[in-house]
Amino acid sequence: MGYGKLKSADKGVENMVDKTTIIVHSGDMDKIYSALIIGNGALSMGMEVTMYFTFWGLERLKKDGLEKGPLSKMNMGGLGKRMINSRMKQANVASLERLMQYYKELGGKIIACEMTMEIMGITKEDLHQELIDEYGAVGTYIHEARESTINLFI
Amino acid sequence: MAEIKIDVKGETCPMPLVEARKALMKASPGDIVEIIGTHPASKKEIPMAVEALGLELVDVQEKDGIWKIKIRR
Repeated sequence: MGYGKLKSADKGVENMVDKTTIIVHSGDMDKIYSALIIGNGALSMGMEVTMYFTFWGLERLKKDGLEKGPLSKMNMGGLGKRMINSRMKQANVASLERLMQYYKELGGKIIACEMTMEIMGITKEDLHQELIDEYGAVGTYIHEARESTINLFI
Repeated sequence: MAEIKIDVKGETCPMPLVEARKALMKASPGDIVEIIGTHPASKKEIPMAVEALGLELVDVQEKDGIWKIKIRR
């Protein structure tokens, strides 16, 4: 694809590419939704996207872990989550699995935080390795983020 | 030159936009992609994406809450 790579004409930011970087720190279900919806939206509008999964966010890249997060508010031991899930089904909102599949199909990149893996005792075998493009640390993230026009911490 | 039709009626944010992008990725230069949907915000946002991608917006129509957007890849 040769289109969709808009370069900023502003001299001060001449190295900026049209790119979104998202740190996925939370593992809460609603925040994973936000991250994946924004990621897919940015890809659809022709941007490059990198998501850096760290701390509780990385738990969601574990095998069968994507849908496992609690609601960030009013989870009520899973009752609130069930209510929201049924409302989302009524509204025909796509599942996290589907959003993740589209994110990868549209060329979205995923970095897994190595330090989180060490702290939480997570091995590569525990993770969906087919989704992960790179295993890295803060330097990898900054390298991606310094040339991004949109930069989020979720 | 092919004409590709994508039906996203009933789909909500962000799927109409994402499906439009996916169809445009698969299409060959010159192909027409027609997206039919009902999600109100996507009627504005798909043309924004078309502009950002540097493609040609051929037509936008709406009737009884169902919109049709035609794009040339």
